[in-house]
Amino acid sequence: MTSAQNPDVLQQAGQWRREGRGVAIATVVTTWGSAPRPVGSQLAITEDGAFVGSVSGGCIEGAVVQEAVDTIHDGKPRMLDFGVTDDQAWEVGLACGGKIQVYVERLD
Amino acid sequence: MQSTTFEQLQADRTAKVPVVLAKNLRTGAETLLYLQGKKGARGWPHQVAEAARAALLADRSTTIETAEGPVFLNVFNPPLRMIVIGAVHISQSLAPMAALAGYDVSVVDPRRAFATGERFPGVHLSHAWPDEAMAAFAPDLRTAVVTLTHDPKLDDPALAAALRSDAFYIGALGSIRTHARRLDRLRTAGFPEHELSRIQGPAGLDIGARSPAEIAVSILAQATERLRKRAA
Repeated sequence: MTSAQNPDVLQQAGQWRREGRGVAIATVVTTWGSAPRPVGSQLAITEDGAFVGSVSGGCIEGAVVQEAVDTIHDGKPRMLDFGVTDDQAWEVGLACGGKIQVYVERLD
Repeated sequence: MQSTTFEQLQADRTAKVPVVLAKNLRTGAETLLYLQGKKGARGWPHQVAEAARAALLADRSTTIETAEGPVFLNVFNPPLRMIVIGAVHISQSLAPMAALAGYDVSVVDPRRAFATGERFPGVHLSHAWPDEAMAAFAPDLRTAVVTLTHDPKLDDPALAAALRSDAFYIGALGSIRTHARRLDRLRTAGFPEHELSRIQGPAGLDIGARSPAEIAVSILAQATERLRKRAA
């Protein structure tokens, strides 16, 4: 559900942008299985790695922030896939066993 | 996201306008789409505007496939609202429960002894007459209206206003006999049968509720059912 959590995320993104900071927005666009946050959940990230919001229960935010910083620098949107696989299960996998797709774009 | 899109999105959300941010995930093209009107839909497949409308009604963001690539539809609906007529015992349970479920709750009762801050801490109270209060609230597709006073002077004008609105849920407390008499009055007032059938009366799912809090649960459950299942 979009109404409850998004206001603060986008408001903060706008605030950062007005302050002249580079900002990216990450959005959950697809989920499979028991993903922790619904489609539409968002994270706003600054070029120095500050962020608000959530796209998971905290499992993948770190990885999304890294990709977002790259997006802020090169302006290219990115589609990130996360799920539990053997080699990343303890790195950036989802403890719940779900899979999610996150779209990251720069706020111009 | 372009700054013009972002600023308009934020303006819409501040104004509590339901809006969808459509984003072509292949090309990066984006636009804002609304329940009514073709604004923003120009240059986008007709299918996208229709899917956006369905997504708003279902309150569910989704991705659809189009000839130009996958389009993500991010739904931004204003908060749900619940207008409760009658600052009665059931309302004291229903108001905080509905707030937990994500509703902006307003309780309307011109009887000032009932609608007090002590009885309804933190709840928006209106002492206006229900017809005036309903005109001010302007119920929409994301609004539930619940009448709980049993008093035709208070309930009837609110129900009439609710029937003239897009409110997704209209619940009226009262026994089967009370409800039958209520429908007779509204029929006399000129409401056709198919409109009267929008009123859930007696309000609430039949779960054997007895206490005020249990009745509040049954009403909130019925409103949830209407909200989540209508588009399914």
